[in-house]
Amino acid sequence: MTKQEGYRKKRLDRGIKARSDTLFAVASWKEILYLMIPRFLPVAVLLLLPLFLGNYWNKVLVYACIYGLLALSWDFLASCGLFSLGQSLFFGVGAYIAGGLNYYFHLPPLITIPIATIAGGILCSALLTPVMRLRGVYFAMVTLILPLLLMKIIETTGVFGGTQGLSSLSGFPHEMLSIYIAVVGFLACLFLFRRIINTDYGLILRAIRDDDRSVMSGGINIYWRKSQALFIAGAAGGFAGALMTHHYQFLGMSVFALDYSILPVAAVALGGQGTFAGAAIGSMLLVPLSEALRALGGLRVAIYCGVLIVSIILLPEGFFHYLARKYHQFEKVVKIG
Amino acid sequence: MERSPHPFFKVEHLRKNFGGVLAVYNVSFELRQGEFLGVIGPNGSGKTTLVNLITGFVKPTSGKIFFKGKKITGKKPYTIAGLGIARTFQMVRLFYNLPAYKNLIIPLCSSRVKRLRGGRYGEKDDEAIDLLDDMGFERDSRVPYKDVGSLPHGYLKRLDLARAMALRPDILILDELFSGMSMSEVASTLPLIEKFNREGLTIIMIEHRLKELFRVVDRVMVLNFGEKIAEGTPDEVMQEDEVKKAYLGIDVEIPPREAV
Repeated sequence: MTKQEGYRKKRLDRGIKARSDTLFAVASWKEILYLMIPRFLPVAVLLLLPLFLGNYWNKVLVYACIYGLLALSWDFLASCGLFSLGQSLFFGVGAYIAGGLNYYFHLPPLITIPIATIAGGILCSALLTPVMRLRGVYFAMVTLILPLLLMKIIETTGVFGGTQGLSSLSGFPHEMLSIYIAVVGFLACLFLFRRIINTDYGLILRAIRDDDRSVMSGGINIYWRKSQALFIAGAAGGFAGALMTHHYQFLGMSVFALDYSILPVAAVALGGQGTFAGAAIGSMLLVPLSEALRALGGLRVAIYCGVLIVSIILLPEGFFHYLARKYHQFEKVVKIG
Repeated sequence: MERSPHPFFKVEHLRKNFGGVLAVYNVSFELRQGEFLGVIGPNGSGKTTLVNLITGFVKPTSGKIFFKGKKITGKKPYTIAGLGIARTFQMVRLFYNLPAYKNLIIPLCSSRVKRLRGGRYGEKDDEAIDLLDDMGFERDSRVPYKDVGSLPHGYLKRLDLARAMALRPDILILDELFSGMSMSEVASTLPLIEKFNREGLTIIMIEHRLKELFRVVDRVMVLNFGEKIAEGTPDEVMQEDEVKKAYLGIDVEIPPREAV
């Protein structure tokens, strides 16, 4: 029998880190660039993109940012062990607060959006606090049902315009302003979440996901922490909803639709969970893809689903983790034996 | 035993049944401040359930627990921990993908530690390293910075102990701390626990290693089938016939008992 010649990939860390447990000095321009490029390049591209895109693709960009915010909000909750299927709850609550304030009290978008962000976060954490003790699929089920319930309430009681919705809401004074609020809001949320999760505060949230009993035995009120996490995620979703309302200048029940719950989850599945960058990349890929396929009509959804399935099978860890590994590690093929 | 109007810690007629199984049946005992109580008993005698009942992880079917004169039965685990009753787990509950010292950040972020420090948190990372240094994780080695998943079992047990001590507890409950430790690890950990006790910490220690336990405790309580069958100094307890039966298996008859 001949001995089989095998090869395997050997991976070595480059060992250049932005934050390190021990003292670390960045030695050269090359290393500074190595650290800066993956952070600053996407930011620069996103900030410059609206200047070069046409009207239509700028709308797609805003759309991608809004879905991106929802995906970030999902990923944040997942980091604390709360698996939600109801990002549309956050989205819809924010949208209705902003739309209602604008329609009934004629407040301008630059006031309604911050209010919708804060009040949306508070309202969502209040709505979900009773079910916070549920874990896993039970929490997911309740979050899936709640937006549908709110939708039915609006439909049957006719509040906030009922099935007709509220139209002719005020838009942004300037088209570019609305695009930049979306892009900057999305980037701010991304870097804020990444920062939060790496502080001691975020460490406790991640620990609750891994083992809540151990955290409780450390004298930490996990339910209070979870409701804070719900507020943070709810605020991000509420901001997205308020933005969408003023961007479309229309508010209807469709803000509670399943799309806003499912697409963010798909974006995270594509991009990779747990880093927020994955959620951001996932939504920046999925939304334009879905627009590009629009010409195909009904077949669009089928292709779209196909892409999702293939990417999940080929890259179960997600796009971002794959890219990060390729970037941070040397790989060479070595012979076994 | 001295009697004060409020015993430091008191358990009254504690009882827990899981369905028809009586895990803890009518257990009562008291602790003085600074006392070192050992709890022994064969497997399945209700020792860990007793710990879970005291620390609030399991709600008792009936009975009361008092700490510093206040009733703590039915309170949430984090409230009880916040009052100063810390525990270790028989199966360590640590965060395996974190560096060892980061595991201590969680108790160091609790409101109890903030209160005891006079209303503010300190440099949590430094405090965590200090605590681990006391537990035998040498500061200058790489051990405190290593991921928990890569540490040997003995270190995990001591890390869990450090996690409990980070809360600056008034009562420390050790649930089979020595299980799975080597002789030398036990020999190095035991003096630590004795030192905590000398410094005034009240300790309840559940242990199967009787020789080590008997060397350090003031008093021993023996559980069998969820019931307290003996209590006293180690020598007194081991003279009792019931204890011999439970431990050596002489004339064991399971007493028939209905769960009511």
